[in-house]
Amino acid sequence: MRGRQALAQIPYARFLDVRIEEADGGIVCVLPFRDDLVGNAALPALHGGVVGAFLELTALVQAIELADTERVPKPINFSVDYLRSAGPRDTRGRAEIVKHGRRIANVRVVAWQDDPAKAVAAGIGNFLL
Amino acid sequence: MGVTFAILGCGVSDVPEGFALAELFGAARGEMVEHIPHCRRLGMTVEQVGPRSARVRLPYRDELVGDPVRRVVFGGVITTLLDHASGLAVFCSLAELKAIATLDLRIDYLRAAEPGRDLVGEAQCYKLTTHVAFVRASAWEREPSDPFASCLATFMVGANPSESPMARALRSRVREAP
Repeated sequence: MRGRQALAQIPYARFLDVRIEEADGGIVCVLPFRDDLVGNAALPALHGGVVGAFLELTALVQAIELADTERVPKPINFSVDYLRSAGPRDTRGRAEIVKHGRRIANVRVVAWQDDPAKAVAAGIGNFLL
Repeated sequence: MGVTFAILGCGVSDVPEGFALAELFGAARGEMVEHIPHCRRLGMTVEQVGPRSARVRLPYRDELVGDPVRRVVFGGVITTLLDHASGLAVFCSLAELKAIATLDLRIDYLRAAEPGRDLVGEAQCYKLTTHVAFVRASAWEREPSDPFASCLATFMVGANPSESPMARALRSRVREAP
Protein backbone atom coordinates (compact mmCIF):
# COMPACT_ATOMS: atom_id res chain seq x y z
CA MET A 1 0.00 0.00 0.00
CA ARG A 2 1.33 3.44 -0.85
CA GLY A 3 0.63 6.83 0.68
CA ARG A 4 -1.88 8.07 -1.87
CA GLN A 5 -3.77 4.80 -1.72
CA ALA A 6 -3.79 4.97 2.08
CA LEU A 7 -5.31 8.46 2.06
CA ALA A 8 -8.10 7.20 -0.18
CA GLN A 9 -8.78 4.23 2.12
CA ILE A 10 -8.63 5.95 5.51
CA PRO A 11 -12.05 7.46 6.25
CA TYR A 12 -10.63 10.18 8.52
CA ALA A 13 -8.19 11.26 5.78
CA ARG A 14 -11.16 11.65 3.45
CA PHE A 15 -13.04 13.54 6.18
CA LEU A 16 -10.14 16.03 6.41
CA ASP A 17 -9.78 15.90 2.58
CA VAL A 18 -6.00 15.55 2.92
CA ARG A 19 -4.17 15.35 -0.41
CA ILE A 20 -0.64 14.57 -1.53
CA GLU A 21 1.58 16.89 -3.51
CA GLU A 22 4.77 15.54 -5.03
CA ALA A 23 7.67 17.78 -4.05
CA ASP A 24 11.45 17.72 -4.36
CA GLY A 25 12.78 14.92 -2.24
CA GLY A 26 9.52 13.53 -0.91
CA ILE A 27 5.84 14.01 -0.45
CA VAL A 28 3.97 16.95 0.99
CA CYS A 29 0.50 16.49 2.47
CA VAL A 30 -2.03 19.29 2.14
CA LEU A 31 -4.93 20.01 4.49
CA PRO A 32 -7.38 22.32 2.70
CA PHE A 33 -8.91 24.93 5.01
CA ARG A 34 -12.56 24.46 5.89
CA ASP A 35 -14.79 26.43 8.26
CA ASP A 36 -15.78 23.35 10.24
CA LEU A 37 -12.16 22.68 11.22
CA VAL A 38 -11.98 25.92 13.21
CA GLY A 39 -11.37 25.71 16.97
CA ASN A 40 -11.18 29.42 17.73
CA ALA A 41 -13.67 31.44 15.73
CA ALA A 42 -12.40 34.76 17.13
CA LEU A 43 -8.91 34.53 15.63
CA PRO A 44 -9.90 32.42 13.56
CA ALA A 45 -7.62 29.40 13.94
CA LEU A 46 -7.76 25.69 13.16
CA HIS A 47 -8.57 23.45 16.12
CA GLY A 48 -5.32 22.31 17.74
CA GLY A 49 -6.58 18.75 17.56
CA VAL A 50 -7.00 19.02 13.80
CA VAL A 51 -3.45 20.32 13.45
CA GLY A 52 -2.20 17.43 15.60
CA ALA A 53 -4.25 14.91 13.64
CA PHE A 54 -2.92 16.29 10.35
CA LEU A 55 0.67 15.95 11.61
CA GLU A 56 0.00 12.36 12.65
CA LEU A 57 -1.63 11.58 9.33
CA THR A 58 1.32 13.07 7.42
CA ALA A 59 3.70 10.98 9.52
CA LEU A 60 1.58 7.87 8.93
CA VAL A 61 1.53 8.39 5.15
CA GLN A 62 5.33 8.65 5.16
CA ALA A 63 5.62 5.47 7.26
CA ILE A 64 3.29 3.66 4.83
CA GLU A 65 5.32 4.86 1.83
CA LEU A 66 8.43 3.46 3.39
CA ALA A 67 7.18 0.26 4.94
CA ASP A 68 5.04 -0.68 1.96
CA THR A 69 2.85 -2.91 4.11
CA GLU A 70 -0.76 -3.89 3.56
CA ARG A 71 -1.65 -2.97 7.11
CA VAL A 72 -1.92 0.57 8.44
CA PRO A 73 0.92 1.04 10.98
CA LYS A 74 -0.35 1.54 14.55
CA PRO A 75 0.65 4.69 16.40
CA ILE A 76 2.36 4.00 19.73
CA ASN A 77 2.76 7.61 20.79
CA PHE A 78 2.75 11.04 19.24
CA SER A 79 3.98 14.37 20.51
CA VAL A 80 3.01 17.77 19.10
CA ASP A 81 4.62 21.18 19.63
CA TYR A 82 2.31 24.05 18.71
CA LEU A 83 4.48 26.89 17.42
CA ARG A 84 2.03 29.41 15.93
CA SER A 85 -1.72 29.54 15.58
CA ALA A 86 -2.83 28.03 12.27
CA GLY A 87 -4.93 30.57 10.38
CA PRO A 88 -7.81 30.10 7.93
CA ARG A 89 -5.57 28.89 5.11
CA ASP A 90 -4.36 25.60 3.66
CA THR A 91 -1.77 23.79 5.79
CA ARG A 92 1.09 21.71 4.41
CA GLY A 93 3.09 19.01 6.12
CA ARG A 94 6.24 17.09 5.38
CA ALA A 95 7.47 14.06 7.31
CA GLU A 96 10.87 12.48 7.64
CA ILE A 97 11.69 8.98 8.84
CA VAL A 98 14.19 9.35 11.67
CA LYS A 99 14.60 5.61 12.11
CA HIS A 100 13.09 2.73 10.25
CA GLY A 101 13.55 -0.40 12.30
CA ARG A 102 12.16 -3.86 11.79
CA ARG A 103 9.08 -3.25 13.90
CA ILE A 104 9.14 0.45 14.76
CA ALA A 105 9.37 3.58 12.64
CA ASN A 106 10.23 6.87 14.32
CA VAL A 107 8.83 9.74 12.25
CA ARG A 108 9.30 13.50 12.55
CA VAL A 109 6.91 15.92 10.87
CA VAL A 110 6.53 19.65 10.45
CA ALA A 111 3.55 21.71 9.25
CA TRP A 112 3.42 25.24 7.84
CA GLN A 113 1.05 27.53 6.00
CA ASP A 114 2.39 30.31 3.74
CA ASP A 115 6.08 30.08 4.53
CA PRO A 116 7.84 26.70 5.00
CA ALA A 117 10.36 28.48 7.23
CA LYS A 118 7.59 29.45 9.67
CA ALA A 119 6.28 26.19 11.07
CA VAL A 120 2.87 26.24 12.74
CA ALA A 121 3.46 22.90 14.45
CA ALA A 122 5.97 20.08 14.71
CA GLY A 123 5.46 16.50 15.76
CA ILE A 124 7.31 13.27 16.41
CA GLY A 125 5.96 9.79 16.94
CA ASN A 126 6.59 6.07 16.95
CA PHE A 127 4.60 3.67 14.81
CA LEU A 128 4.38 -0.10 15.04
CA LEU A 129 4.86 -1.41 11.51
CA MET B 1 -29.24 23.53 44.30
CA GLY B 2 -25.93 21.96 45.10
CA VAL B 3 -23.89 20.30 42.40
CA THR B 4 -21.23 17.78 43.22
CA PHE B 5 -18.00 17.48 41.31
CA ALA B 6 -15.41 14.76 41.59
CA ILE B 7 -11.80 15.74 41.14
CA LEU B 8 -9.77 12.57 40.96
CA GLY B 9 -10.66 11.10 44.28
CA CYS B 10 -11.78 14.11 46.27
CA GLY B 11 -15.38 15.23 46.24
CA VAL B 12 -16.23 18.92 46.24
CA SER B 13 -19.75 20.04 47.05
CA ASP B 14 -21.60 23.14 45.86
CA VAL B 15 -20.62 25.55 43.12
CA PRO B 16 -17.13 26.67 44.03
CA GLU B 17 -16.07 30.27 44.15
CA GLY B 18 -12.97 31.77 42.66
CA PHE B 19 -13.30 30.26 39.20
CA ALA B 20 -14.12 32.51 36.27
CA LEU B 21 -16.28 29.86 34.63
CA ALA B 22 -18.04 28.63 37.80
CA GLU B 23 -21.43 29.56 36.37
CA LEU B 24 -20.84 27.12 33.51
CA PHE B 25 -19.97 24.23 35.84
CA GLY B 26 -23.57 23.03 35.99
CA ALA B 27 -26.31 22.62 33.41
CA ALA B 28 -24.87 25.40 31.21
CA ARG B 29 -21.66 23.42 30.57
CA GLY B 30 -22.77 22.67 26.99
CA GLU B 31 -21.98 26.29 26.12
CA MET B 32 -18.31 25.45 26.45
CA VAL B 33 -18.32 23.71 23.06
CA GLU B 34 -21.37 25.20 21.33
CA HIS B 35 -19.47 28.12 19.84
CA ILE B 36 -16.61 25.98 18.51
CA PRO B 37 -17.21 24.99 14.86
CA HIS B 38 -15.07 21.84 14.90
CA CYS B 39 -16.64 20.54 18.12
CA ARG B 40 -20.09 21.08 16.64
CA ARG B 41 -19.02 19.24 13.48
CA LEU B 42 -17.84 16.26 15.54
CA GLY B 43 -20.90 16.30 17.81
CA MET B 44 -18.70 16.70 20.88
CA THR B 45 -20.53 17.22 24.17
CA VAL B 46 -19.36 18.29 27.62
CA GLU B 47 -20.31 15.63 30.16
CA GLN B 48 -18.94 17.20 33.25
CA VAL B 49 -16.87 20.18 34.29
CA GLY B 50 -15.70 21.31 37.68
CA PRO B 51 -12.78 23.00 39.34
CA ARG B 52 -9.70 22.22 37.21
CA SER B 53 -11.31 19.31 35.41
CA ALA B 54 -13.42 18.48 32.38
CA ARG B 55 -14.94 15.41 30.78
CA VAL B 56 -15.90 15.41 27.10
CA ARG B 57 -17.71 12.82 24.94
CA LEU B 58 -17.13 12.22 21.24
CA PRO B 59 -19.69 10.04 19.43
CA TYR B 60 -18.29 7.23 17.26
CA ARG B 61 -18.66 7.96 13.55
CA ASP B 62 -17.51 5.94 10.57
CA GLU B 63 -15.90 9.05 9.06
CA LEU B 64 -13.43 9.24 11.97
CA VAL B 65 -11.98 5.77 11.35
CA GLY B 66 -8.21 5.58 10.85
CA ASP B 67 -7.74 1.87 10.19
CA PRO B 68 -10.22 0.63 7.57
CA VAL B 69 -9.64 -3.02 8.53
CA ARG B 70 -9.97 -2.76 12.31
CA ARG B 71 -12.51 0.15 12.18
CA VAL B 72 -10.60 1.92 14.94
CA VAL B 73 -10.90 5.71 15.25
CA PHE B 74 -7.83 7.57 13.92
CA GLY B 75 -5.29 8.47 16.61
CA GLY B 76 -5.41 12.15 15.71
CA VAL B 77 -9.13 12.24 16.55
CA ILE B 78 -8.18 11.20 20.08
CA THR B 79 -5.74 14.14 20.02
CA THR B 80 -8.68 16.44 19.28
CA LEU B 81 -10.74 14.91 22.10
CA LEU B 82 -7.93 15.15 24.66
CA ASP B 83 -6.69 18.57 23.50
CA HIS B 84 -10.20 19.87 23.94
CA ALA B 85 -10.82 18.24 27.31
CA SER B 86 -7.42 19.56 28.45
CA GLY B 87 -8.15 23.10 27.27
CA LEU B 88 -11.47 23.08 29.13
CA ALA B 89 -9.73 21.84 32.29
CA VAL B 90 -7.38 24.83 32.02
CA PHE B 91 -10.29 27.24 31.52
CA CYS B 92 -11.91 25.69 34.58
CA SER B 93 -8.79 26.47 36.61
CA LEU B 94 -8.65 30.18 35.91
CA ALA B 95 -9.79 32.76 38.44
CA GLU B 96 -10.02 35.31 35.66
CA LEU B 97 -10.81 34.43 32.06
CA LYS B 98 -7.79 34.60 29.75
CA ALA B 99 -7.02 33.28 26.30
CA ILE B 100 -5.11 30.00 26.31
CA ALA B 101 -3.20 28.07 23.64
CA THR B 102 -1.85 24.53 23.56
CA LEU B 103 1.93 24.61 23.79
CA ASP B 104 2.58 20.91 23.52
CA LEU B 105 0.73 17.66 23.86
CA ARG B 106 1.93 14.09 23.97
CA ILE B 107 -0.31 11.07 23.62
CA ASP B 108 0.37 7.42 24.37
CA TYR B 109 -1.94 5.04 22.54
CA LEU B 110 -2.26 2.28 25.13
CA ARG B 111 -4.51 0.06 23.03
CA ALA B 112 -7.04 0.31 20.20
CA ALA B 113 -10.35 1.94 21.07
CA GLU B 114 -13.28 -0.42 20.57
CA PRO B 115 -15.10 0.29 17.29
CA GLY B 116 -18.67 1.60 17.54
CA ARG B 117 -18.35 3.09 21.02
CA ASP B 118 -18.38 6.74 22.04
CA LEU B 119 -15.01 8.05 23.20
CA VAL B 120 -14.77 9.85 26.54
CA GLY B 121 -11.85 12.12 27.41
CA GLU B 122 -11.18 13.47 30.91
CA ALA B 123 -8.57 16.03 31.85
CA GLN B 124 -7.27 17.55 35.02
CA CYS B 125 -5.19 20.71 35.28
CA TYR B 126 -2.83 19.68 38.09
CA LYS B 127 -0.65 22.79 38.13
CA LEU B 128 -1.31 26.37 37.12
CA THR B 129 1.40 29.01 37.09
CA THR B 130 1.25 32.64 35.91
CA HIS B 131 1.93 31.78 32.30
CA VAL B 132 1.70 28.00 31.95
CA ALA B 133 -0.87 25.32 32.80
CA PHE B 134 0.02 21.62 33.13
CA VAL B 135 -2.59 19.00 32.34
CA ARG B 136 -2.94 15.24 32.37
CA ALA B 137 -5.72 13.47 30.55
CA SER B 138 -6.93 10.05 29.53
CA ALA B 139 -9.55 8.56 27.24
CA TRP B 140 -11.72 5.44 27.47
CA GLU B 141 -14.84 3.92 25.93
CA ARG B 142 -16.07 1.61 28.73
CA GLU B 143 -14.41 2.26 32.08
CA PRO B 144 -12.25 5.15 33.27
CA SER B 145 -10.01 2.52 34.86
CA ASP B 146 -9.27 0.97 31.47
CA PRO B 147 -8.10 3.88 29.28
CA PHE B 148 -7.02 3.43 25.66
CA ALA B 149 -4.99 6.64 25.61
CA SER B 150 -3.17 8.83 28.10
CA CYS B 151 -1.93 12.33 27.52
CA LEU B 152 0.21 15.11 29.01
CA ALA B 153 -0.19 18.65 27.77
CA THR B 154 0.95 22.18 28.60
CA PHE B 155 -0.87 25.40 27.75
CA MET B 156 0.15 29.03 27.56
CA VAL B 157 -2.15 31.17 29.70
CA GLY B 158 -2.86 34.70 28.48
CA ALA B 159 -1.72 33.40 25.10
CA ASN B 160 -2.73 36.23 22.84
CA PRO B 161 -4.32 39.64 23.18
CA SER B 162 -7.43 38.83 21.14
CA GLU B 163 -10.46 37.65 23.01
CA SER B 164 -11.07 33.94 23.42
CA PRO B 165 -14.38 32.45 22.22
CA MET B 166 -14.96 31.37 25.80
CA ALA B 167 -14.76 34.98 27.00
CA ARG B 168 -17.22 36.05 24.33
CA ALA B 169 -19.60 33.26 25.26
CA LEU B 170 -19.44 34.23 28.91
CA ARG B 171 -20.02 37.89 28.14
CA SER B 172 -23.01 37.11 25.95
CA ARG B 173 -24.49 35.16 28.89
CA VAL B 174 -24.13 38.22 31.08
CA ARG B 175 -25.86 40.30 28.40
CA GLU B 176 -28.70 37.81 28.10
CA ALA B 177 -29.23 37.57 31.85
CA PRO B 178 -32.44 39.34 32.97
